[in-house]
Amino acid sequence: MTPLVLAQNVSKRFAPRLGLGERIAAKLGSPVETRTVHAVDNVSLAIAKGEVLGLVGESGCGKSTLGRVIAGIHPPSAGQVTIGGESVMREGRKSTTRIQTVFQDPFASLDPRIRIGEAIAEGPLAHGLMRKADARAEVARWLDAVGLPAEAAERFPHQFSGGQRQRVAIARALAMQPDILVCDEPVASLDVSIQAQIVNLFLKLRRELGLTMLFISHDLGIVRHISDRIAIMYLGRIVETGETEAVFAAPRHPYTRALLDSVPKLVTDSEELVSFKAIAGELPSPLSPPPGCHFHLRCPHAQAVCREIVPASDSQGGMHPVACHFPLIS
Amino acid sequence: MSTPREATPFAVFREEFCRNRVAVIALGVVAIIGVIALLAPWITPQNPYDLSKLSLADARRPPGFVGSGGYVHWLGTDAQGRDLFSAILYGLRISIQIGVMAGAIAFTLGATLGAFAAYAGGRVEALIMRVIDLQLSFPAILLALVLAAVLGQGKWPLIAALVTAQYAYFARTAHGAASAERSKEYVEAALSTPLSPRRVVFRHILPNCLPPLIVVATVQIASAIALEATLSFLGLGLPVSEPSLGMLIANGFQYMLSGRYWISIYPGIALIFLIVAINLVGDQIRDQLNPRLRR
Repeated sequence: MTPLVLAQNVSKRFAPRLGLGERIAAKLGSPVETRTVHAVDNVSLAIAKGEVLGLVGESGCGKSTLGRVIAGIHPPSAGQVTIGGESVMREGRKSTTRIQTVFQDPFASLDPRIRIGEAIAEGPLAHGLMRKADARAEVARWLDAVGLPAEAAERFPHQFSGGQRQRVAIARALAMQPDILVCDEPVASLDVSIQAQIVNLFLKLRRELGLTMLFISHDLGIVRHISDRIAIMYLGRIVETGETEAVFAAPRHPYTRALLDSVPKLVTDSEELVSFKAIAGELPSPLSPPPGCHFHLRCPHAQAVCREIVPASDSQGGMHPVACHFPLIS
Repeated sequence: MSTPREATPFAVFREEFCRNRVAVIALGVVAIIGVIALLAPWITPQNPYDLSKLSLADARRPPGFVGSGGYVHWLGTDAQGRDLFSAILYGLRISIQIGVMAGAIAFTLGATLGAFAAYAGGRVEALIMRVIDLQLSFPAILLALVLAAVLGQGKWPLIAALVTAQYAYFARTAHGAASAERSKEYVEAALSTPLSPRRVVFRHILPNCLPPLIVVATVQIASAIALEATLSFLGLGLPVSEPSLGMLIANGFQYMLSGRYWISIYPGIALIFLIVAINLVGDQIRDQLNPRLRR
């Protein structure tokens, strides 16, 4: 099956602007410290039509940046993203409406000065996906799809709670009739009770509209609940991908293992409370990523080769792909 | 739905504004000056621009003098025999008109330029902002003086000079505010749709930059009026046949030491009232819109 969205060898680097003095110094041949942030490093990813891919990783691992590159908000520094064979960006600008985004913070992602109805209709009207005469009915239809009354169209974002705003943001993305929705931590800033509602909304919309989704989150529980496949990201690289249950049942990368072990469990089969293991050490700075496998500084199984050679993604013996020199065998 | 009948942001703003007595009085003064300036042709006893109505026999008369027209010159007359009260109202009319027009054009031009620079980024932003920095390093009065001298007399050359001297302040403010808005998620959401750059700048970024721009606008309108008065005082403003406040002050200046204080003093007081009142209103708006000063 050909994938709907394909990210090929995508990298995203953020280079800080050098001052005039530093630029002159660089021209004169003196070594200038270039503090380039390697947010995404040579990532390839495929998302099939109708599937939900969960992208998991610690804060700062580059998952949001990868999501924004795939959504066409930031141009990649290298590589390209295609949807149905056509490039997502052309001449530095997004050239497709088939990918839409739902952001983390619904307080920031809605323009505070624009009424909800206008915010939802603006994109479709600008792209001729909706006729002006139908706008009101269409807006009401999308509001209904996300569980909001039609009167909400006349209100401003500040008149809504966080969960309601996130519904509005989802309606805005859906009104563009995308083939794929990039959800960047869509529930991370909501209360736990609201999180469940929004996750259920995603599941319902997926059932009804056959949505394809890239679901970015650091919450393993939610990702496990919603995703068909997951990709684990560590410091700009994908370290493991596979069917959700296969990865949860038998993680092959030491980082995935550690990530699964670090989930606190309150209810256990045994009597005593099981303590959880935090991963030792911290995420290294993306300003100066370690050579070789990025995880070797924190990996309990690290060998000399891990410090020197970047492990290639390998799907030996019919197992799901993993980028590790010494994959775990369970 | 959270409380649908909650106070609108504007109502909250209005209520907070009313808590400052001085600002309310200042706003009242601005409003009164604005209204009487607008209605000048109907409330003044004389049209000071109609030379046929002026009589040199009435020239330089003190306040309270009853002239040949048969009415009292409450503020005296100037060297051409104009009723000063009428001349001041007509002068205010012109001053406000020029100040507001120059402010509005400078606002539009500067805000667009600043927001566009912030949106574009990179070389375009650097080029625009360096030009504006360069211009800000010249005193506004110097720039306006040179331009007024080059462009000649008249209303439009004067407005052009004021706009050139002032748009940079708007551009600078808009650039700062727009740079902050540029990185917000709603702009990323607009890019993700995607919406055209023009739409993102004018429909989304600029409206959210309005609060600081409104503050700058009040201050800049007051300063445009002062600048216009200065240019007119120096003889570079409007023609003598249409005296603005600055020119009235200049005309009376030579008589100050001979005891005929009223020709200069009264237009001066009118100018001070107007500028101080606008600045007081501007100060209050700035205090209210500055999040760091909020309790």
